[in-house]
Amino acid sequence: MNKNLTWKLVVIVGILVFFLFGIFGIPKDWTGKGLLASITDRIHLGLDLRGGTHLILQVQVDDAVNVDSDNAIARLKEDMRARKINYADITKPDPVNHPELVLVKGITPDQSGDFKSIATEHLPDYNVSSGAENSFTVTMKPQNLSDLKSRAVQQAIETIRNRIDQLGVSEPVIQEHGLGQYQILVQLPGVDDPARVKEIMQSTAMLEIKQSLGGPYSSEAQAFQEHNGQLPPDAVLMPGKSIGASRDTDSGESWYIISRASAVTGRDLRTAEPSRDENGQPAVRFILTGDGGRKFYSFTSAHVGDNLAVVLDGKVQEVAVIKEPIRDTGIINGRFTDQQTQDLSMTLRSGALPAGIKYLEERTVGPSLGADSIRSGVQAAIYGMLAVLIFMLVYYRWAGVNADIALILNLIILLGFMGFFGAVLTLPGIAGVILTVGMGVDSNVLIFERIREELRNGKTPPSAVEQGFSHAWITIVDTHVTTIVSAAILFIFGTGPVKGFATTLVFGLAANLFTAVFVSRVIFDWVLTRHQRGEALSI
Amino acid sequence: MEFFRNTNIDFLGKKWYFLIFSLIFSVAGVLSMAFWHGIPLGVDFRGGTLVYVKYAHTPDPAAIHAEIDRAGLKNARVQRIGQAAANEVVIALDIQETSEQALDKGKTLIIQALEGSAASANSGKQDLNNASSLTIANYLLEKDPLHLGTDANPRYTAMAQAIVGERDKARGGVLGSIDDLKTAADPAVVASLKDGFFTSDFGIRNVEIVGPQVGQQLRKQALLATLYSLAGMLVYLALRFEWIYGVAAVLTVFHDTLITVGAFSLLNWEISLTVIAAILTLIGYSNNDTIVVFDRIRENIKLLRRDKLADIVNKSINQTLSRTILTAGLTFLTVLALFLFGGEVLHAFSFALVIGILIGTYSSIAIAAPILVAYQEWRAARGQQPIAMPVRTGGPGQPKEKIKA
Repeated sequence: MNKNLTWKLVVIVGILVFFLFGIFGIPKDWTGKGLLASITDRIHLGLDLRGGTHLILQVQVDDAVNVDSDNAIARLKEDMRARKINYADITKPDPVNHPELVLVKGITPDQSGDFKSIATEHLPDYNVSSGAENSFTVTMKPQNLSDLKSRAVQQAIETIRNRIDQLGVSEPVIQEHGLGQYQILVQLPGVDDPARVKEIMQSTAMLEIKQSLGGPYSSEAQAFQEHNGQLPPDAVLMPGKSIGASRDTDSGESWYIISRASAVTGRDLRTAEPSRDENGQPAVRFILTGDGGRKFYSFTSAHVGDNLAVVLDGKVQEVAVIKEPIRDTGIINGRFTDQQTQDLSMTLRSGALPAGIKYLEERTVGPSLGADSIRSGVQAAIYGMLAVLIFMLVYYRWAGVNADIALILNLIILLGFMGFFGAVLTLPGIAGVILTVGMGVDSNVLIFERIREELRNGKTPPSAVEQGFSHAWITIVDTHVTTIVSAAILFIFGTGPVKGFATTLVFGLAANLFTAVFVSRVIFDWVLTRHQRGEALSI
Repeated sequence: MEFFRNTNIDFLGKKWYFLIFSLIFSVAGVLSMAFWHGIPLGVDFRGGTLVYVKYAHTPDPAAIHAEIDRAGLKNARVQRIGQAAANEVVIALDIQETSEQALDKGKTLIIQALEGSAASANSGKQDLNNASSLTIANYLLEKDPLHLGTDANPRYTAMAQAIVGERDKARGGVLGSIDDLKTAADPAVVASLKDGFFTSDFGIRNVEIVGPQVGQQLRKQALLATLYSLAGMLVYLALRFEWIYGVAAVLTVFHDTLITVGAFSLLNWEISLTVIAAILTLIGYSNNDTIVVFDRIRENIKLLRRDKLADIVNKSINQTLSRTILTAGLTFLTVLALFLFGGEVLHAFSFALVIGILIGTYSSIAIAAPILVAYQEWRAARGQQPIAMPVRTGGPGQPKEKIKA
């Protein structure tokens, strides 16, 4: 054997070992079970094979924009009052389609300069322009608007990840999805009960502690009546949590008048945990951060004897009298079950969602279906592979052995790649493996047929092999590039199972370039070195 | 062994037969898409709810339909799937029953409707076949049949998971009765379960709910992916060969796609996301085949400068015929294995590949090559220099030689 060939053989064995390591890692024990465990440790099974829940949800980013523009309105009102600028009306003309748009009407011409200067100074994220009839439009700058929206999505992903982590789901996938649609993909392997997870993810868990100025009233009308048709300034009417009902269904009505400003919000929380109130009922105990504690202390010191309202997601959870200044701990009760206090303290700990979310897609794969799919997928792969291997042996004899070695190596490299990249194997992915076998053998067929042709044209075996490889090489590159192009497009556009298919196809074809061309060539060269002059080539 | 040796078939001479054959299939497909079944889109693209249900006995689709109808879910479709012994049905609801406000409402209603009579006979009890491990764990935690101490929560959770595992993995998703659990759980646990649970005659295997927005988005993405894929081919082939080769290849692939989608329409089989993946794969595969022939044509054009293009093309097809048939046959074998043994989930996917490989192989011979020749003849008839032929004398307006081997 010449030196060059030895060197190439070393390369091949090295690569073989490298990718075997990719598949198995270093197994803890060498039994069949231990090996299988180390494979599944490195090549992850997709949801369609192991069972689980797949959700696509959309962040209602307009919620976040509305909050921002509401704050802008509050800011403007305050500033205008301070600077004694008179105005007729300040509204959002189209909060559904254009939540970033604020319209201020009836500013007298002599004050319009003043208004413009405070608006541009205090609202740097907004553009101010004057319109017809002494009105001004204040609208968020496009760049800030899109930043705000993408920030809302990122924040939602963080919050959801925190919540899922606390549920103890292993290997969850939580990532942005789709092209600029504010969508999030959530994959939860092994979760067979999407309903509870969905509820936990969806609850915005917006906690505010405010001053209660009156209530409860049995209806909105009654609340107005008690105050002669006019609410106190800077107060709003809020529904209360109904009595004897769970957290998000309403039966009996109750209404409270609540201050607009919050003493503390969920952002000031350090932690929250399930607990019991003084009557032994399930409740949630929270502890504020240092800053939040100081704010809360100064607020409660100033309001001893007043009523305090705990508002969760826009609903008054409970109202209590401030008996003495409170520093940093408090309790939320409201006829919870133990499960609900657990879920609520968890969502409070994970922070509030910046905006509501909506579910767009839900797929659940039961573990029994996944197990069936693995069984039939693997069965089909083995049958398909065997058929190809046997055919190549029969049709090309010794060269068939060469092709079979290349194919098996191709498979090892493909799986090794997947192991190194932690790729996900899905059912269509298994199909991709099978298809790789079928399409991978094409390169060998191309080369062998070409060698046969050259032999028929009277070339000697070494020169036929040489010619066969060099002619087929061009074709092989062209065919591989085009197939990889369509697989790459699949990878970019596809999700879940389809992505898994594209992954195996791309890796398989890349590996095939190496095995069918380089490895097969080395084997041929090796055969030829032991070859007697004038002896026929077994092909 | 060798199947083909020095074949000399006049493929181009049969181009009219090929044309008629292709026309019959494409027109039949197009007619079906336009007037008969349309393009039957799956739940991925249409939006809607699919619930796969496994029964403990042979299901009766008509009775199931009646139960669901009674629950107020109109236009549901109930269909048996898989092998008869699998006792499986799929229940499909339209997009009207799938709003984004309550995405899983349809699913919940279906389960309630199917539990129907069994649930009313066991009022106050829950259905063990459709209970999650969490529900079971909470129940056990509350009843505490084993009188466990501090580690009750993790131990009952593990027990509930073992019970669900026994149901789903060992028993195929449906328990005949709670006594089936005797091997997997403590007798006291089984006894306690009997107080709070009953077993219905079905279990949910798989649920797919796609809202209208996602359906629309996926439709757009599938279309774009297919178009980008075709454009990618066109550009690559135009760079590597001449633009007419790219056009011929893309027309060929379009023909293959049309016939494959047409076959789905004729059979009224639904096109899902994985079917689109299969179609993109066959675009790649069919191109493979076409390129192999084109490569040989390019090579032969250099060798046989004096021959007519039609003869060169014929010779090239014949030279590569052995490879074409072998590869097609081998790939077909693997895909057939998928179709036969790959299970229900891969059925439509592998069907698209089976059709695609047959058509893709045929079309590289019967469509792509004749387009090349037809184009040359058309140019020749207008007195122009044939394109894609090596330049002999050079001159203004002639294509530069791009051919490298």
